[in-house]
Amino acid sequence: MKKIINDPSTVVVEAMRGLAAAHGDLLRVHEDPAYVARVDAPRRGKVAVVSGGGSGHEPLHGGFVGLGMLDAACPGAVFTSPTPDQVQAAVAAVHGGAGVLLLVKNYTGDVLNFETAAELIGAEGIDVRTVVIDDDVAVKDSTYTAGRRGVGGTVLLEKIVGAAAERGDDLAACEALARRVVAGVRSLGVALTACTVPHLGEPTFTLAEDEMEIGIGIHGEPGRARAPLEPADGIVRRLVAGVVEDLPFAEGDRVLLFTNSMGGTPLVELYLAHGIAERLLAERGVRVERRLVGPYVTSLEMQGMSVTLLRLDDELTELWDAPVRTPALRWGA
Amino acid sequence: MSVTCTAEDLVVALRAVSAAVVDHGDELTELDRAIGDADHGENMRRGFLAVAAKVDSPGQTTPAAVLKAVGTTLISTVGGASGPLYGTAFLRAATSLADVSEVDGVAVAAALRAALGGVVARGRAEVGDKTMVDALAPAADAAATAAEGGGDVPAVLAAAAEAAERGAESTKPLVARKGRASYLGERSAGHLDPGARSTALVLRALATAAGAR
Repeated sequence: MKKIINDPSTVVVEAMRGLAAAHGDLLRVHEDPAYVARVDAPRRGKVAVVSGGGSGHEPLHGGFVGLGMLDAACPGAVFTSPTPDQVQAAVAAVHGGAGVLLLVKNYTGDVLNFETAAELIGAEGIDVRTVVIDDDVAVKDSTYTAGRRGVGGTVLLEKIVGAAAERGDDLAACEALARRVVAGVRSLGVALTACTVPHLGEPTFTLAEDEMEIGIGIHGEPGRARAPLEPADGIVRRLVAGVVEDLPFAEGDRVLLFTNSMGGTPLVELYLAHGIAERLLAERGVRVERRLVGPYVTSLEMQGMSVTLLRLDDELTELWDAPVRTPALRWGA
Repeated sequence: MSVTCTAEDLVVALRAVSAAVVDHGDELTELDRAIGDADHGENMRRGFLAVAAKVDSPGQTTPAAVLKAVGTTLISTVGGASGPLYGTAFLRAATSLADVSEVDGVAVAAALRAALGGVVARGRAEVGDKTMVDALAPAADAAATAAEGGGDVPAVLAAAAEAAERGAESTKPLVARKGRASYLGERSAGHLDPGARSTALVLRALATAAGAR
């Protein structure tokens, strides 16, 4: 393992200090319990939008704290959900009297910790709602699994709901909107290499030089199936087909296409892949009206990518276009 | 031989549990690497080191108070699914012991039953889902049987530990239906469940400490 770290046990807190040093105009960090909060929070009368999850997916979630997106984010240890006391402390720091919406990726650990936190926060008399995102089509959603995972769609959810809270939507409206986004977003990823968790020192699984893993998660866990590595056309075709056919997205649908790098895939490959995805969607008559391309939901240094599609309407498009000022997403503000 | 268990006995036993979890951290992580995300050993190690530090500080005068401190410490330090699940188990066990200063075999069996109830309620898993419930459920049953037969605290915990170990072994051929391993589907078969294994470890360490007094 070669990483730019001092000690595996201090990776998260040292990274938080760096985040604060780089973006002190947007956010502040609290180390124990660990959370990242918008610099001007609490905002009176505004719904507080709070998320969090294991570290190692940066810029998710701390990089999305700021105007028009998250009020606070709680980073857990690498690939480990945050604890309830972190969420409680973050909410206490940013709650502006209009309630709290927790956005949670569907993993057993995240759901249990946020559920416990919500009970504690609710007991303090704060109106708290939770929306779980589960956009990964690779996992069979049945009583025989923990359900679909939350992956790339999380960024789109945080942006759109954050914009609604910023314009003054109340808690019920923000919650309903979040559920609408979750219902209309789907993702599928692929890995070319595994990743190495700092305290482990070696990759969590192995892929041969000529193999890829389809349906990869974002925690170094294996995916749905292993297949021989293909050229980009074949890889992107699999991802687009998996996503489109799941919802399904139909001819004439307006969508946001999010082409995401897992961390180790360079932008030159990512744009190459994005171009293919646009072409394939055009062939299916799916109208791409908004795009996001880059490493936004990563899995440490994993080489790989994911494709996310969100069905758009006028309101979702307007909220996507609304001003945002965070470390990782910034436009119009 | 001691028949019951005081807060002081429990603190000694929890130090032994902490040491056992630290010693077996790598083993738990290896199990989790096979079917999960390779963090169970590290998370449990962090949590039980915090538990050892917490129980060393004075203030908990009843077994229930000690268990409550353990539960809240685990919830705030472990993270992942294990934090709320283990934390809830200890909190429910604490509640079942009420304010008594010494617990007997029957109370320990009842505490294990309450712990199981908490884990099932929070994690919504059943026996056969390839989770810690596969170790904790038979442990609670065995503890109840031992207590009904007049077993004291060491006997009840020994029965629970043995059943938990067998239960953990039984997870090997199972296909996971809960937790991160469920994403693997059929590929999760052939591996021990890390949570079931750590449950057996904790109960074995408690039993050994109780038996050594």
